[in-house]
Amino acid sequence: MTLILALAIGVLIGSGLWLLLRPRTFQVICGLQLLSYGVNLFIFGVGRPVVGAPPVMQKAGFVDPSAYADPVPQALVLTAIVISFATTALFLVVLLAARGATGTDHVDGRERRP
Amino acid sequence: MIAENLLTLLVVLPFLGAVLAATMPDEARDALAAAAAMTMLAMLGVLFALQGWVAEGGTVASSVRWLDSLGLNLRFRIDGFSWLMMVIVAGIGLMVVIYARYYMGPQEAFSRFYALILAFTGAMSGVLMSGNIILLAVSWELTSVVSFLLISYWHQRPEARRGARVALSVTVAGGLCLLVAMLMLGHVAGSYELDVVLASGAQVQAHPLYPTILTLTLLAAFTKSAQVPFHFWLPNAMAAPTPVSAYLHSATMVKAGVFLLVRFFPVLGGTEPWFIVVVGTGMITMTLGGIVALIKQDLKGLLAYSTISHLGLITALAGIGSPAAIVAAIFHIVNHAVFKASLFMAAGIVDHETGTRDMRRLSGLRHWMPETTVLAVVAAAAMAGVPLLNGFLSKEMFFEAATAWNNDSLLDAALPYIATFASMFSVAYSLRFIHTVFFGPRATDLPKMPPHEPPAAMRRPLELLVLICLGVGIFPQLLLGGVLRDAALAVLGEATPEFSLKLWHGFNVPLMMSLAAFIAGTLIYVLGRSWLNSRAGDEAGPGRFEALLAYEWVIQAVTVTMPRRLHALTTATSLQGQLLAVVLIAIAAAVAVIPGTVWWPSSPVFGLPESVFAMLWGLGALCAVGTAWQAKYHRFAALVMLSGVGLMTVMSFAWLSAPDLAVTQLVVEITTTILLLLGLRWLPQRNADIPGDNDWPSRARRSRDLVIAIIGGGGMAAISYAVMAAPSVPSVGDWFLRNAYGEGGGTNVVNVILTDFRAFDTLGEIVVLGIVALTVFALLRRFRPAPESAHPPKPQEGDVSLEDMIFVPALLMRWMFPVTVMLAAYFFLRGHDLPGGGFAAGVTLAIGLTLQYIATDVRWIEARMVVLPIRWIAFGVCLAAVVGCGSWLFGYPFLTAHAQYVTFPIVGRVPAATAMVFDLGVFAVVLGSVTLIVISIAHQSLRVGGHRSRPPADIAAAQAADIAAARAAAKQEAEPAA
Repeated sequence: MTLILALAIGVLIGSGLWLLLRPRTFQVICGLQLLSYGVNLFIFGVGRPVVGAPPVMQKAGFVDPSAYADPVPQALVLTAIVISFATTALFLVVLLAARGATGTDHVDGRERRP
Repeated sequence: MIAENLLTLLVVLPFLGAVLAATMPDEARDALAAAAAMTMLAMLGVLFALQGWVAEGGTVASSVRWLDSLGLNLRFRIDGFSWLMMVIVAGIGLMVVIYARYYMGPQEAFSRFYALILAFTGAMSGVLMSGNIILLAVSWELTSVVSFLLISYWHQRPEARRGARVALSVTVAGGLCLLVAMLMLGHVAGSYELDVVLASGAQVQAHPLYPTILTLTLLAAFTKSAQVPFHFWLPNAMAAPTPVSAYLHSATMVKAGVFLLVRFFPVLGGTEPWFIVVVGTGMITMTLGGIVALIKQDLKGLLAYSTISHLGLITALAGIGSPAAIVAAIFHIVNHAVFKASLFMAAGIVDHETGTRDMRRLSGLRHWMPETTVLAVVAAAAMAGVPLLNGFLSKEMFFEAATAWNNDSLLDAALPYIATFASMFSVAYSLRFIHTVFFGPRATDLPKMPPHEPPAAMRRPLELLVLICLGVGIFPQLLLGGVLRDAALAVLGEATPEFSLKLWHGFNVPLMMSLAAFIAGTLIYVLGRSWLNSRAGDEAGPGRFEALLAYEWVIQAVTVTMPRRLHALTTATSLQGQLLAVVLIAIAAAVAVIPGTVWWPSSPVFGLPESVFAMLWGLGALCAVGTAWQAKYHRFAALVMLSGVGLMTVMSFAWLSAPDLAVTQLVVEITTTILLLLGLRWLPQRNADIPGDNDWPSRARRSRDLVIAIIGGGGMAAISYAVMAAPSVPSVGDWFLRNAYGEGGGTNVVNVILTDFRAFDTLGEIVVLGIVALTVFALLRRFRPAPESAHPPKPQEGDVSLEDMIFVPALLMRWMFPVTVMLAAYFFLRGHDLPGGGFAAGVTLAIGLTLQYIATDVRWIEARMVVLPIRWIAFGVCLAAVVGCGSWLFGYPFLTAHAQYVTFPIVGRVPAATAMVFDLGVFAVVLGSVTLIVISIAHQSLRVGGHRSRPPADIAAAQAADIAAARAAAKQEAEPAA
């Protein structure tokens, strides 16, 4: 399970990096999206994900932490999901405004000189 | 107790007055002046009531606890020395506020002026009466800031702005030195209380930090008191209104520097470096200031340099440091404040009545304004040190200190000669001031002809000050002897000499020095008169000292040249280059951890679930690579594959025991996809290849990036496996698990962390979300689409209209709305105990709203529903903050949650934690933000069609009008139906 997840993270990050270095704004926004999936899965993975652990505790008594998934990476990722949505939205609007103002969707605001 | 309360009152009074003045209208000139004058009078009253407590070396202190842990308390203390300084501040302040009432024109911003003057009085009181040395540094900076605001009072004038800027940067730099010095001093002395620090002189001087403390303190004092080479800000500060110059830049604020020297003399003074540096600087300043004052053509310029010169004299006295010199320094602070304030007022009257301050144009004013002439002559004589006036006495004491003290250094030996030399110029410029302006033939080309006496009330403060000059000059012991002794006791303690201020000491050396200075000074003026009066203006000559040029060079270098160079050095013009650098640095940093890592901690298990999971991610990997491949030419396809990756992520979260993440990721995924779909509409069409896309440089770049991507992705996979396959270690998460129910009252640990344990982070996060949404909204209000995107898209299939195509989905989406609302409520309510929570609920409801927008159109939906996302954001942030503050009422820290269960009939036991109310705030912010972002973009479709011809600024108004029209139409539609 961990090996598959690790490979998946690798593919996501690799595709994201490639897109991040592309010249078109839409490519960069897709790249950031892929990177955030990859990074979120990685943070989540640091908590040693387990299959079938109860997500919610019982209401009383002694709690054995090893029986549950680590909640801290989950809380971090939950925050990261919302924030990455916000940055995506902001980037989208900035790229739309830049496209309107400069007439091109190149990240530098002008086409590369031939 | 009475004394402590009086002291607190004394500190608070000027600030209260400032607030009062700031709230009064500019037209209430008399009321403003009266309020300011009453404040000063009240301060004087309090001071006289306090006099008994500070006499004979007594001190009064009051303390308010502030930041105990940092040793910083609002501690104020007053002793004889600060009492005397405070009398000057309040007394001259009283004169100045009366004078300013007549000096300022009727159209001036009176309220601002008086508020600032009073605020300055408060700040200065803080400097003088701080009982804590950190508070002293803070008040010191406060005086600099208020001085900046007062110099730039006529902010429409460029020289005022420039003067204010120069003064601020020099004095604030000094203030920073003071802060550091005080921190060190407090560290060495073991306390920040002034009393303790003043008593620990020997300890401080033996400490290795002493040279640093001394240097920094002297820098602060020299910048504030305009000592060479920092003197240049003071002449530039003369762009301020004359009452300000009289008050801040001659009588009080510039005295803060010498006050500091005298105050800290018992701690830092008396050593050889102190003597050399302080006396040396003082004497250089005194001499240079005197020479430049003589050649100035501007009246206020002359007075400014004369002020610099006299400050140099006081500095030198503080440097000499013998008990007699300290007494003389305090005495001269008082005397200089009185005569220089009156001279500035006289110069202000001349300026006010003639319209010019240029001494080449002014002449013979005594014919028109005899009374002002008398007052100015007396004040100038005091400045020159003519007998029977106060300036004479302190100058004699200065000469005596200069000759008497002996420590065998070269400087000490030269002191009497330098003192006499500098005093010559003092005599010469005083003579020039009087003779050029008031005597000689009547001027013929004054801007205001003929000049006449100012209003009597404007002269009153001047008369009173000149009277003090005379009174102190003739009856010194009677008028000032007692309080001067108290002031000296406060500084020197037991070392205070027995002195008696007397007019006549016999024919002694100081008198001879005075006589020599008088004769030489008169000669200088008589011989140099024609040259001085024919000299070109101040702009060209040595009036602009090199120090100012050096200052400007430094400022230019630090704020313009160097940042630009650094910017050029560190900034790539292309975003791609910057991102490439970031990626490469990240990879390099990862390479550094390669040694010592166990890459294969355990072998993977492979069974049926694993193979399903592998298939899942095989699809996910295909989608990811496909996105990367297609994002350039086929954006829509790339977007579909991107959301495919998102769905795989959701399923992984669900599979790996993280239902909260799965739910949130799912709803966020939907929103992001809608958002990007909305954005696609405004991007350029890409039907043909981009020119140059297949030539060699582009191919080389892509190959390079492919290699980087493969290295980065492969490395990340390796690191992930190394981390995830390693055995888990105890983490902070265990604590959260053990305590979530006991302390947070919830069984969904992730939600309890977000709304209770780490609620402060969540508060910050929702604020960020709200800010982003507002930014998006603001950016799109002025959105200007590219020309080729600015017309409505054509339907793709020939005759089927958009409405027909979307008819069935639209109906479904409308039906789904109540279900979505229900789902959001369900997510929200179960959040504390089961997967869900405010985030998920907010996004879910936002999706429901967005679906309605998609199903119909913006106008239809907004005619039928009230959508106010900005208010929802505001409500949510306020609610979350108020819940957080609520815990203060019960004596707990910010955002402490309380949890219990409430039993409702039928429904049963329901968790009711305050964290849920906080979560409601989160819900409102998320709902508002997401809705605002999506509908801001959706609204852009209103721009196309009929609105293109309008200027962009009208579009917002047009949108509002359209919505109103649509609402009216909807109403009409509904009425027949009813």
